[in-house]
Amino acid sequence: MKIFKLLTLFLFLFSFCSSYAEQEKLEQKITKNLRCLVCQGQSVHDSDTEFANSVKLLVKKKLNEGLTEKKIYDYLKDKYGEWILFDPKFNKKTYFLWLLPILLFVIGGLLIFKLFIIRKN
Amino acid sequence: MKIRVIPIITTIFFIIIFILFYRGLENSNIYVPKTNINKQIPTFNAKLYNSSEEVSSSKIFKDNQFYLMNIWSSWCVPCRDEHGFLKELSDEKNLKLIGLNYKDNKESANKFLNELGNPYDIIFSDPKGIIAIDWGAYGVPETYLIKNKMIIKKTIGPLDKNSIMEIKEIIK
Repeated sequence: MKIFKLLTLFLFLFSFCSSYAEQEKLEQKITKNLRCLVCQGQSVHDSDTEFANSVKLLVKKKLNEGLTEKKIYDYLKDKYGEWILFDPKFNKKTYFLWLLPILLFVIGGLLIFKLFIIRKN
Repeated sequence: MKIRVIPIITTIFFIIIFILFYRGLENSNIYVPKTNINKQIPTFNAKLYNSSEEVSSSKIFKDNQFYLMNIWSSWCVPCRDEHGFLKELSDEKNLKLIGLNYKDNKESANKFLNELGNPYDIIFSDPKGIIAIDWGAYGVPETYLIKNKMIIKKTIGPLDKNSIMEIKEIIK
């Protein structure tokens, strides 16, 4: 009976620790994708400003309340704008940002194709 | 003629990109969140500064009344600079001043208010800085003019002569 109790306790502690570790991982992932608005080159995760420390606490609180990663991003975007995200979403304001590299790649490819392959033939 | 089309288009394309980026260099690379006016104020529960009583913001902010919500802290030097302006605004009859004491030590905050005077009608405590995020603030001081539970003016940084003149003009 004692062994059974100990085993139950062990399993309970193990599941508690693993869910705690999972949440910490998610917290880190979210705060690494948030820009600190005080020292703007750094992520909230790396920054130690008052603002960044408050955002870290807020992310923890929101996750405990059951909010998803996307909902936390939406909440902060609503407060501070798209800039707070290091990974801006694809929308009409970021078309140029996302499509320019692809466009340059395609044009470059066409030029190479024209200059080297067509001329060679 | 056919051969020259591609180099011309490519050159124009790169010139456009160059102009875009070159003009971008002139922009400030310090981002300031938009002063999100005409936004509904957030609802929050917070402890009152002078007691341990927790109050809901919905009981404080009433319709048809102007409120000035000021985020302050005793360790913030610009807060000291703007304090005189807040005291001036506290004389306005149709304006209620709400303070949000941001990440502060009670003893230092009391010292600050005893030294400079207390212009606030109500002060909330925000020891973790989470309520300030609800308001979209990222530092201290920040000030919001509110009417009908809507933010009608937001000031990032300390209030000055011009900003209090504007506030007085609005609440007239």
